[in-house]
Amino acid sequence: MSVTTNIKPRSRVPLRSAVIHTAVITRRNVLRFIRIPQLLLFSTVQPVMFLLLFNYVFGGAITTGIPAGPDQYINWLIPGILVQSAAFGATATAMGLTEDLGAGVIDRFRSLPMARSAVLTGRTLADLVRNSFVFSLMLVVGYLMGWRFEQGFWKMALGFGVALLFGYSFSWVMAAMGLAVKTPEAAQSAGFLPIFPLVFASSIFVPTSSMPDWLQTFAEVQPVTIVANTVRSLMIPEEALELLGLDQGTLILQSLAWIVVIIAVFAPLSVRQYKKAVG
Amino acid sequence: MNAVEAQNIVKHFGDTHALDGVSIQFEEGIVYGLLGPNGAGKTTLIRVLTTLLTPDSGSASVAGVDLITDPVGVRRKVGLAGQFAAVDEHQTGRENVEMVGRLYNLSREETRSRADEVLDRINLAEVADIQVKAYSGGMRRKLDLAASMVGRPEVLFLDEPTTGIDPASRIALWDLIEEMVDGGTTLLLTTQYLEEADRLADRIGVIDQGKLIAEGTSDELKATLGGDVVEIHVHNDDRALAVECLTRVAGEEPKAEGGSLSIPAPNGSKTLTAVVRELDSAAIEPRDIALRKPTLNDVFLTLTGHKAEDETQPVSARSRRRG
Repeated sequence: MSVTTNIKPRSRVPLRSAVIHTAVITRRNVLRFIRIPQLLLFSTVQPVMFLLLFNYVFGGAITTGIPAGPDQYINWLIPGILVQSAAFGATATAMGLTEDLGAGVIDRFRSLPMARSAVLTGRTLADLVRNSFVFSLMLVVGYLMGWRFEQGFWKMALGFGVALLFGYSFSWVMAAMGLAVKTPEAAQSAGFLPIFPLVFASSIFVPTSSMPDWLQTFAEVQPVTIVANTVRSLMIPEEALELLGLDQGTLILQSLAWIVVIIAVFAPLSVRQYKKAVG
Repeated sequence: MNAVEAQNIVKHFGDTHALDGVSIQFEEGIVYGLLGPNGAGKTTLIRVLTTLLTPDSGSASVAGVDLITDPVGVRRKVGLAGQFAAVDEHQTGRENVEMVGRLYNLSREETRSRADEVLDRINLAEVADIQVKAYSGGMRRKLDLAASMVGRPEVLFLDEPTTGIDPASRIALWDLIEEMVDGGTTLLLTTQYLEEADRLADRIGVIDQGKLIAEGTSDELKATLGGDVVEIHVHNDDRALAVECLTRVAGEEPKAEGGSLSIPAPNGSKTLTAVVRELDSAAIEPRDIALRKPTLNDVFLTLTGHKAEDETQPVSARSRRRG
């Protein structure tokens, strides 16, 4: 320790190295996902089960406020269920981080001359990769069940991208929560606390118009509804947009704003929790 | 240049004084063994020296780099194998080592050749392409060691490298560490086992309750510990008489510990014979009698007046965990 304390620590990792480190950690986390059959199974089977359950069990009964048509519910459901999988899937970020904390892996990383941000960024990026796989699978299953992208491939891809980005932002929320509670078990239970109200009090499964006023007010302003509606506005037939009162442009901007705000709040918070958890 | 130079390192966790002003220094090319019981502060000191923890006060440099002002610089020069093998179950041995190599900023080619080299050196080349979940505990420790060496660290830190592994693997690991040391690696290792410190370390520091309480070569320390002891167990009725016998042999009161009595045995088996003779003439039949080497408990009894694993010591769960 030098006597003059105003010397700035030279503890910076060059950006180029930081990018490599992030790629290395991302690859490590993706490999984990691929090589643990249970992880692969549960992260794909669960969303598909939700899809089948809602479409075939509840779908027939849900008609209020949904544009009529032979495949009316599946077209409503698919955009929503992508957002639901993104939210549920984000708990994996918390689980993965807390498992690494417990296994001493994080200590190893921290003793290396690597960018510290790579541990968190590599984790959330790996979950983005996993989400894009899960989403693709759901769209294939959805297609077999009668879902069609009515506004062409590119709009569908844009909706896919928005759902993916939302999932990425939600990974940061879960990262912060996981690092705050520290154990995988606690991370899973704690994670679902915000997820359940956000996912079920939203337009994911049913139109908000059928909810009581007080709930409707909440449901219509919260990010999950906004993002689900955005994805929906890019996939359902154009003539249904007006009927539902969905404005594509506004929704996309609102979604992006939410995503940016969530990342801006929870990424720094995660970094702080990370420092606290390991310090 | 000193490999490690630490002055008055203090680290408290709430009321637990994990480190209470520890100063150590040692030169390059030697093995420094840090010996102490659970909760003594060994792991905390390693965590401070590898930049995982910031000390509350004190100063230190590792491989000539200041710990406080340039932690990344320190990380470039050190390797750490923690108390639990920090290897990834679902990657192969090679992938584990290569990942760490890339994080040490080695190029792709360098990482590959360096991984081959350390895996070969550590005798894991044959299983390098199998996922770690199939490895035994000893193999994981070895792999962890390989990963800590891949970046050619100037100073290597091993935190209880053989705790929790079977005796055969322990001996294999000792051989390996000795080989590394012959290659000129500077090493700081912590251990709870006197035997381990004895075999591997050029210099030993004894740490207890956050303080360095003795330091020296293995021989120097043993000399202060008094060497071998004769230990006997007798029936309770014979105890008073046995104390008399032992006092006659040793010229001092025997140490009582649990149900056993012990005296120093400066003359080894001759002392043992003398004890047997005394007991025999007093018609005492000991339940057990043995000549034994000093244990960590003896070291601690001598140096601190309490046992290494003294349950009556107020050691919080946290400091225990931090070893």
